[in-house]
Amino acid sequence: MNVAVVKPTPERALGELFATARDRLPGSGIVSEVREAAFAEFAKRGLPNRRVEEWKYTDLRALLREVAPLAAAPDQAALAKAATAVAALDVIDAYKLVLVDGVFAPKLSDVSALEAGVRLNTLSEVLEDRDNKVRGDLLLTNATSDVMVSLNAAMATDGFVLNVDDNVALKKPIHIVHVATQTGTAAFTRSLLRVGKGAQATLVESFAAAAGAQTYQVHDAVVVWVGDDAQVQHVRLVEDSHDASNVSTAIVTLGAKTQFNSFNLTSGSVLSRYQGFLRFGGEHANATINGVNLLKDRQHGDTTLVLDHAVPHCDSREVFRAVVDDRAHSVFQGRINVHPDAQKTDARMMTRALLLSDEAEADNKPELEIFADDVQCGHGATTGALDESLLFYLRARGLSEKEAQALLIQAFVGEAMESIADEQLRELAIATAERWLAARG
Amino acid sequence: MSALLEVKNLQVRVEDREILHGLSLTVNKGEVHAIMGPNGSGKSTLSHVIAGKPGYEVTGGEILFKGEDLLEMSPDERAAKGVFLAFQYPVEIPGVATMTFLRTALNAQRKARGETELSTPDFLKKVREVAASLNIPQDMLRRGVNVGFSGGEKKRNEVLQMALFQPSLCILDEMDSGLDIDALRIAADGVNALRSSDRAMVVITHYQRLLNYIVPDYVHVMSKGRVVKSGGKELALELEESGYAQFEEQAA
Ligand SMILES: Nc1ncnc2c1ncn2[C@@H]1O[C@H](COP(=O)(O)OP(=O)(O)OP(=O)(O)O)[C@@H](O)[C@H]1O
Ligand SMILES: [Mg+2]
Repeated sequence: MNVAVVKPTPERALGELFATARDRLPGSGIVSEVREAAFAEFAKRGLPNRRVEEWKYTDLRALLREVAPLAAAPDQAALAKAATAVAALDVIDAYKLVLVDGVFAPKLSDVSALEAGVRLNTLSEVLEDRDNKVRGDLLLTNATSDVMVSLNAAMATDGFVLNVDDNVALKKPIHIVHVATQTGTAAFTRSLLRVGKGAQATLVESFAAAAGAQTYQVHDAVVVWVGDDAQVQHVRLVEDSHDASNVSTAIVTLGAKTQFNSFNLTSGSVLSRYQGFLRFGGEHANATINGVNLLKDRQHGDTTLVLDHAVPHCDSREVFRAVVDDRAHSVFQGRINVHPDAQKTDARMMTRALLLSDEAEADNKPELEIFADDVQCGHGATTGALDESLLFYLRARGLSEKEAQALLIQAFVGEAMESIADEQLRELAIATAERWLAARG
Repeated sequence: MSALLEVKNLQVRVEDREILHGLSLTVNKGEVHAIMGPNGSGKSTLSHVIAGKPGYEVTGGEILFKGEDLLEMSPDERAAKGVFLAFQYPVEIPGVATMTFLRTALNAQRKARGETELSTPDFLKKVREVAASLNIPQDMLRRGVNVGFSGGEKKRNEVLQMALFQPSLCILDEMDSGLDIDALRIAADGVNALRSSDRAMVVITHYQRLLNYIVPDYVHVMSKGRVVKSGGKELALELEESGYAQFEEQAA
């Protein structure tokens, strides 16, 4: 008997995904080759499921089911809707670079205002530049073989290629704003930031929906190189609509004597994964990687960080806080690899989860792999509810239950926000958390 | 005289053990009542039940405050209506700045009473005045609520809140424990400044000394979950002489 082998729907859709998108993907020649190889890798492995160790708490096959078709390039109506959403986010003084449904929107951005010492190109224009022999490298990384990064390389439509020259201290942050205007489609973006020696820069990324955009997908990657003696701040605010999905990756390489300070706040998306791969490539560098998840309803938020202490004398600090309400699920995975000659490494990771309901869930997976002997590494984790005696004290002073909870939650997440050096960004993070708390009613 | 607080035949259980066995107490406006009694006699339990702390099961009796059923109200409703408990053991709240806490609490009470919120300058002015009168340094107000405060500083912070919120019923649970002699006098002055004809106080203490500063109109002796004797301020002196032994027999 001849039985035709019919692939299950998600995988069939998978092949079509790339085939139908191809005409829209910038870059030919070497770029196409890189994309095809990347997509072949993705097609071979498929969406990660719980049997893939790095994804065991976030089974994308079960939670995302399939990769949505590529979002159409935004038309005038989409841009108009996006403009309204951008205006609402436009609360910090920054150089604003807007991507609408994965495509650069110059009219909504502040390109002309960029100061001297910063060079900006869009990803699509660099990929299209046939004179650039290394343009294919923009889609490659040796920091990870994660399959979602391969998918991103295959499908990326746009993003930014930013260079900050040596010894330039940017006066204002660069603010990449991702806005989705469509329903049921996916945007794929990739940005690269190279910060020169002794330079100072701040990168802010916001993810948001225009009115009416639902169940869309965001697939983003950011690659950052920090030159020796440079200082970089990286702040991410994920406020996607409550039925959207956001799978984002940051790949960071730090030079010697750098200071890298990053903070991620996830309050949006029904499904989110933020994975950071950070490598210390030069001695005496210092990194703070903090994060907060504010989750409710049925949200699933995953932060996964992999730190490679590849050289001696570097310090890393990770402070992560999760506030989980209703039936939401927060995941934190923190891996620290201390390579054999990375003596005098000082790496600490502390994660705490606050469960606001009986059905809320938090998973925490610390992994320390230490191959050097003269190091200090530590991690700690707690999971618990709000302290009843503190709640009662506040209520006895007149605060309602929600007000008392809000004050204690703010204090709880505040510990992870203290590290945001820039005051306007810290205020922005605090305001975002306050909005989340206010929405709890 | 109108009764501000009426506790009638109150029976309270904690984890299946009855702690208060039919306690009655009436406090009128303008009065100061002292409650004394041995360790474990139920003084803090009474104060907690009046403030609305969860975990206590009232199995009988009632508490009326300004004629209303207090047991029906949430702790924050009670606070807004004018019930204030200065805790025997104030908790530390890391990450919540004292100033933020005070402003949030004061405005929550005002909002619940339908009053307008205090503007920031007005609030700051008020806190500074009260803090100065209680010898509380400004830097203490910038720290987390009670975080790193000494035992005495925590007690002073309770009196500060009382002065700020201007409640109509102040219950002070061992305000004097942990206070040095000077701090005790300053705190007692703060309490005395709040004495007025439309406010009442219930002062829980083990020591006659506090009652030299805050002179009570009535003294009650509690033993094993009941009020076993009530009298005037001279009763406290009597207790200092003879101890609680006579009452323990009575209560048993
Ligand atoms: N949560 C609780 N669980 C079990 N027993 C309790 C609880 N709270 C109070 N009790 C018991 O109730 C009794 C009365 O306690 P309470 O704290 O009211 O006494 P008190 O008069 O304030 O004593 P002190 O003078 O030592 O402050 C004690 O025997 C105490 O052990
Ligand atoms: Mg007591």
